[in-house]
Amino acid sequence: MARFIARRLLGMVAVLFAISVIVFLIFNVVPNSDPAARIAGKNADPDLIARVNADLGLDQPLPVQYVTMMKQIFTGQLTSYASNRNVVEQIWEGLPATFSLCIGAAVIWMSLAVLFGYLSAVHAGRFADRALTVLSLVGISMPVFWLAAILLYFLSFKVQLFPTGSYVDLTEDPLDWAYHLVLPWFTLAVLFIGFYSRVLRSNMLDAMNEDYVRTARAKGLSERQVRIRHVLRNSMIPIVTLFGLDFGMVVGGGAILTETVYNLPGVGLYAGEAIRSLDLPPLMAVTMFGAFFIVLFNTVVDVAYAVLDPRIRLGEAAPA
Amino acid sequence: MTREPLLRVDDLRVSFATEDGVLQAVDGVSFDLAPGEVLAVVGESGCGKSVTAQTLTGLTRSPNTRISGSVTYRGRELTGLGDDALRDIRGEEIAMVFQDPMSSLNPVYRVGDQIVEMIRAHRDVSKKEARERTVELLTSVGIPNPQARVRSYPHEFSGGMRQRVMIAMALALEPAVLIADEPTTALDVTVQAQILRLLADLNRERELAVVLITHDLGVVAEVADRVVVMYAGQIVEDGTVDDIFYSPQHPYTWGLLGSLARLDRPRTGRLAQIAGAPPSLLDPPSGCRFAPRCAFQFGRCDQPPPLDHDGGTHLDRCWLGGDVKAEVRP
Repeated sequence: MARFIARRLLGMVAVLFAISVIVFLIFNVVPNSDPAARIAGKNADPDLIARVNADLGLDQPLPVQYVTMMKQIFTGQLTSYASNRNVVEQIWEGLPATFSLCIGAAVIWMSLAVLFGYLSAVHAGRFADRALTVLSLVGISMPVFWLAAILLYFLSFKVQLFPTGSYVDLTEDPLDWAYHLVLPWFTLAVLFIGFYSRVLRSNMLDAMNEDYVRTARAKGLSERQVRIRHVLRNSMIPIVTLFGLDFGMVVGGGAILTETVYNLPGVGLYAGEAIRSLDLPPLMAVTMFGAFFIVLFNTVVDVAYAVLDPRIRLGEAAPA
Repeated sequence: MTREPLLRVDDLRVSFATEDGVLQAVDGVSFDLAPGEVLAVVGESGCGKSVTAQTLTGLTRSPNTRISGSVTYRGRELTGLGDDALRDIRGEEIAMVFQDPMSSLNPVYRVGDQIVEMIRAHRDVSKKEARERTVELLTSVGIPNPQARVRSYPHEFSGGMRQRVMIAMALALEPAVLIADEPTTALDVTVQAQILRLLADLNRERELAVVLITHDLGVVAEVADRVVVMYAGQIVEDGTVDDIFYSPQHPYTWGLLGSLARLDRPRTGRLAQIAGAPPSLLDPPSGCRFAPRCAFQFGRCDQPPPLDHDGGTHLDRCWLGGDVKAEVRP
């Protein structure tokens, strides 16, 4: 286990390094991304641009700029080119909204996906299955920004059932917190509900033909016990894997659209603003934040996998 | 038969609706199982023996399956029984052991828990009591160090040990009938012998009636009292072990016996084999089903032969007369 964690930590360092270099290089070749020119404004004279460049350290060679930026990130001193505000603090401030959105959506998508997938598999081929199939395909096909806009228009603007975005802190008023998050949760969850329920359905249909399920029936277990303890339990292993990866992805940047449309002051909204203003420091920090979560949840998935499937052991070399 | 049969199967028919049409997997199978008897059901892959075995406790039930005929256990009809009532029979009265012990145990649960689960599905006992019983069971089927082994997962056992676990599980509720569906097929030869010995011991010590499904006549000779030979969904011969081995009546049985490697006779060349392949059960021959592969077929084989007595309890499904058989039998 210790070796496994050590290996994963090393891997994480490598991933973060690679991603940060790529982001840094891309930023430096994107046209019109020269921060000094943007800060100095239209019709700036070359002297001013040179001064700004010197201020921001942009006159240094690229490797030096890179090292300086990494130092600033890990000491929490990185500031935005555009607003001059501390980037790490900004991300920190965005965490409550982002985690509220992602965790809530994850609870909804996992429970509904398991429910729908289970019902679909149990009633395979019959009306309930077909209806759920159509529903999940619709869910998978709907773009997040479109769904969010439609929900906002009908349920917040026309019917005024829900607030039009914005965020209330959990500590301030838990009810209001949830009330403000219902639409964003649902918006973010829909895709995953559709996708996961399809995957679970097909896993369960495969598992139903397994010999150990026949054994479970021959043991005299009730159909419900057979389905839940043997079919569903074994079918959940791949779902948990997917979940870990997707949750890491959603926290690490997958919620940008949802946060932007619903105006939730999370990390995603911040990232969106940074992209619009081509502001390298927040972009770099947000990307590394995302990569960190994706690698972290990858590791969590591997641990969960070993817990769920006793045939898998951590820390041993994979068979060639 | 002097004793009242424990299990009586009468004209059992099982068909599956498939994309290619209706597949008649079992076509009019009848046999009795007496208490304490070991009945072997023998035949090639696809002859319907496993489907017959699984249908006894309703395991083949599905929307695509049609089952007719009757299966009675101690006089109680099982084919029409509701799922709940059938569940009381499964495991409690009739237990099953399957072919591949690797895939028949759920890989994600400890073997002890899988046995405990079965006990607690039928008996109102505490987890602790069920676990104690599980340790006893593992001991009785010869698992070394059962106290520790209850906590092992299936993949931590060898094939033979896993099959012992399956047998321990099957015995958990002291059933009267054990259906063993090719219990030794997936095992090494030396391990096969151990498992067969275990089954034979259980049969003797516990008066456990066993339906042994197999394609291996060597296995049959070792443990069975009576033998049913199946071909293409039907019984073609039914008799005692001595009947089948010393005076087989059906050309298919001759073929099966001829394809055995024998140590008591000089080896004269290649082992005999039965020419051709079994018929498709989607569209079986209208007459005798074995006729297309039979060296002795004659005009009458266009008609389906009945399963007939030779005067005693030995049945066979063949038009050849007894005197002809005695002459041509290899």
